[in-house]
Amino acid sequence: MSETLQHRADAGEGDGPVGRGEGGGRDGRGERGGREGGGPRLAIRDLDVTFATDAGEVHAVDGVSLEVAPGEILAVVGESGSGKSVTARSILGLLPETAEASGAVLVTGTDVVGLSGARLRALRGEDVSMIFQEPSSAMNPVFPIWWQIGEGLRAHQPKLTRKQIRAKAVEALTAVGIPDPSERIDRYPHEFSGGQKQRIMIAMALAMGAELIVADEPTTALDVTVQAEILDLLRDVRDRFDTSIIVITHNMGVVADLADTVAVMHRGRVIERAGVRDLFADPQQEYTRKLLAAVPHLGRRSAWSALSPERQQEIEGADPLVEAKDLVIEYPGRLGRPAFRAVHGVDLTIRRGEVFGLVGESGSGKTTIGRTIAGLEKATDGSLAVLGHQMLRFRERAFKPVRRRIGFVFQDPATSFNPHLTIEECIAEPLVVHDRGLSAAQRSTRVGELLESVELPADYRRRYPHELSGGQRQRVSLARALVLDPELLIADEPTSALDVSVQATVLDLFRELQERLGFAALFISHDLAVVDSLAHRIGVLYQGRLVEEGHGPDVLQAPKDPYTRRLIASLPVPDPVEQERRRAAYAEEFGRAVG
Amino acid sequence: MTLPSPPPPGESASAQQDAGLEAEAAVVAATANDSWLKRLPIISHLRRSVGLQRGMLVAGLVLVAGLLLTALLAPLLAPYGFADTAADGTSFGTQQPPSSSHLLGTTVAGYDVLSRVIWGTRTAVAVMACAVVLSLFLGVALGLLSGYVGGWLDRILVMLADAIYAFPSLLLAIVMSIVISGGQSSAGGGILAAAISITVVFVPQYFRVIRAEVVRLKAEPFVEAAKVIGTGHRRIMGTHLLRNATRTLPLIFTLNSSEAILTLAALGFLGFGIEPTSASEWGYDLNRAMADATSGIWWTGLFPGLAIVAAVLGVTLVGESINDLNDPRLRVRRRRRAATAKEAQA
Repeated sequence: MSETLQHRADAGEGDGPVGRGEGGGRDGRGERGGREGGGPRLAIRDLDVTFATDAGEVHAVDGVSLEVAPGEILAVVGESGSGKSVTARSILGLLPETAEASGAVLVTGTDVVGLSGARLRALRGEDVSMIFQEPSSAMNPVFPIWWQIGEGLRAHQPKLTRKQIRAKAVEALTAVGIPDPSERIDRYPHEFSGGQKQRIMIAMALAMGAELIVADEPTTALDVTVQAEILDLLRDVRDRFDTSIIVITHNMGVVADLADTVAVMHRGRVIERAGVRDLFADPQQEYTRKLLAAVPHLGRRSAWSALSPERQQEIEGADPLVEAKDLVIEYPGRLGRPAFRAVHGVDLTIRRGEVFGLVGESGSGKTTIGRTIAGLEKATDGSLAVLGHQMLRFRERAFKPVRRRIGFVFQDPATSFNPHLTIEECIAEPLVVHDRGLSAAQRSTRVGELLESVELPADYRRRYPHELSGGQRQRVSLARALVLDPELLIADEPTSALDVSVQATVLDLFRELQERLGFAALFISHDLAVVDSLAHRIGVLYQGRLVEEGHGPDVLQAPKDPYTRRLIASLPVPDPVEQERRRAAYAEEFGRAVG
Repeated sequence: MTLPSPPPPGESASAQQDAGLEAEAAVVAATANDSWLKRLPIISHLRRSVGLQRGMLVAGLVLVAGLLLTALLAPLLAPYGFADTAADGTSFGTQQPPSSSHLLGTTVAGYDVLSRVIWGTRTAVAVMACAVVLSLFLGVALGLLSGYVGGWLDRILVMLADAIYAFPSLLLAIVMSIVISGGQSSAGGGILAAAISITVVFVPQYFRVIRAEVVRLKAEPFVEAAKVIGTGHRRIMGTHLLRNATRTLPLIFTLNSSEAILTLAALGFLGFGIEPTSASEWGYDLNRAMADATSGIWWTGLFPGLAIVAAVLGVTLVGESINDLNDPRLRVRRRRRAATAKEAQA
């Protein structure tokens, strides 16, 4: 309590110079810079954050201490629930009402903890700025871009004229490499792509002259090729403006590509802090070692190369289970609008016992193809034969017998189970539907077998889905898909909602089950490294067209299509030394993202 | 007395929809090991509440319990029958002020006010139960079907529901009561007429809430998972959709109950209710007491009015508390400060 009072007193003292904001931000900054000398931009000392929840208190951040020097890029990594986002948000005082923070967060000398109202607002934007994960929801859709940039400027310098704001907006957009800035500042957020919106978010931070940018998973919602550009931009911003950047991420490739130093968080504590090269070369903590080992590394564990030559030949010669010829899938448009064509004439074959990996960015049509094979969408044109059944002019009644031979694993483990059913009921659902003759005892035995094969304890059967972690739920999802011994399994991004270490164990399980049971699989993912570690053949989708297809090593090492080359080149690998080399090669081939 | 126009429930329930499946799943998982008694809607809410929210909920529950008990024990509690104007051959007299023989006085027609108020709870509860149960079953069934099937059926049903919304609900209730009772009203007929007319007004509310939930749930992966498996339509609707869509029902249920009481009172007040000799009804008594108010006879109007207020307040308090407790953003949790203060004391 006395601590909080102390902070208040500090804040009160600081109230005097608040007026300097009106005199002009530049002077204020100079004054502050002089005051601290060469001290760190950000110093977090013993930060503790607890949340009041239904289940009692949750200690999200437990005694975190961090420092960020001017011009330093710090990456905070950790799995979900490690407290990395809460730490980042407390830097801007953006914690929800249910949270309580203690300790100190010194931003250019001012303690943010316990700060409120006008003092906090003065600090936000000018000293610290934040970039959010989802750029499309971080901007107000009804105002043009210049207005959005100007809003922050006006908050700190109310006397700015419209003309000045527009000039500053143009300047900021130029800095982040958006073409035709003077014309485009009048556009609205929806007229920009996700990557451009993220650029505009960075431009906003720059226009305010923020010395510290907190980026919370800035590239997670973006495609790999766009991610490479944004990372390039962030690095460039640091070089030109000496901005300090804190990047919150779970992606080790991003860390290797961008960061100078890394802080590894685990259960609310910083367990390791080191330079990026030291950390990847010689991790000190057991947890860090495990985390790094779990990251899939492009081209290091190709599933095709792991097969024996006989097995390779056997798969090559197997009869096809799924055969698509010139497949076209359209979503009907609204009244009077043309239909949206998601898939343009794709040829694709999945053979018995083969794992086919489908890679593509968002909107490439990969999920649509998977859903059409499972009978969730309708094929528009061309031909698609699934287990001998023609899917064009689809009739649910005719397809129903085929359904028992297809399993499906969904992306989000949180919503793919009915919350009112126990794990046993969830897994037994296909049996109830297709094997009506089975007694309850037989069903229960089968569920027991499945739980064992997905390596879950047998007593989990009485639990509810919500009591399981994401990885465990994805195992249950696998069990449900396999309960009828399907010949074809469709997995739509089954691991992209999971943490890296959990993803690794689920992928191992998938691989093992596939080898043992020999089902064919369509594995859909946006992550090339994951697909390569699992799939015998890889198909690359781009804007609804299959641009490249072949065995893993062939596609990765000798890509023929320019898009595939770009995709592979822009994927950051979790190794700072190698990534630096790749980055140089990328810049040579595709040019710098920022002019 | 005016009837509040029903809020568009599809929209008012959106707060809970945001909270989403995850919250629902959390509740199911957290309470899975409790006995069925603790999982009942209101009891589970009571256990989760603290502070002012708990106070509101308890106050509401006490009022509702009072209403239900009075209705149940009316023959024991009421000194006279609801249609009695005389006892032991002596007339009560009209417009008598409160006295020891008539604690709340008598009305212009010579009825005992206290007895009318107590017997009136029976009518109120009967109408409330009939109306809500009828509209609940009809609305839920239609909403489920409309949301799941979609297409033309959905469009037509939604249009019909909107058309019913467009009518002033009281006018609709009046028309319905005339159509159903055909002018005369026995106790049963009157109650049923009122209940059915209220049902017509309320069905769209249940319909829209359930339909909105079903449309949202239909796109959830677990329903798609069931489709991929090849689960039949009936099983998808019953097992997967209905059980997850009923989350907001206790809330609308209670809010509609209070509206049912108000609609009944309004019908009675306007003269479309139940004859005083077939059942006691507060709205009718208020209507009769109108002339008394100007001549200083306060007891004939005050007590039926208070009864309506207490009944509606009780049910509304329960409903609003459930609404707040269902929404994680509105729910007050035990603060950390309280815990640390205790630690400090120790």
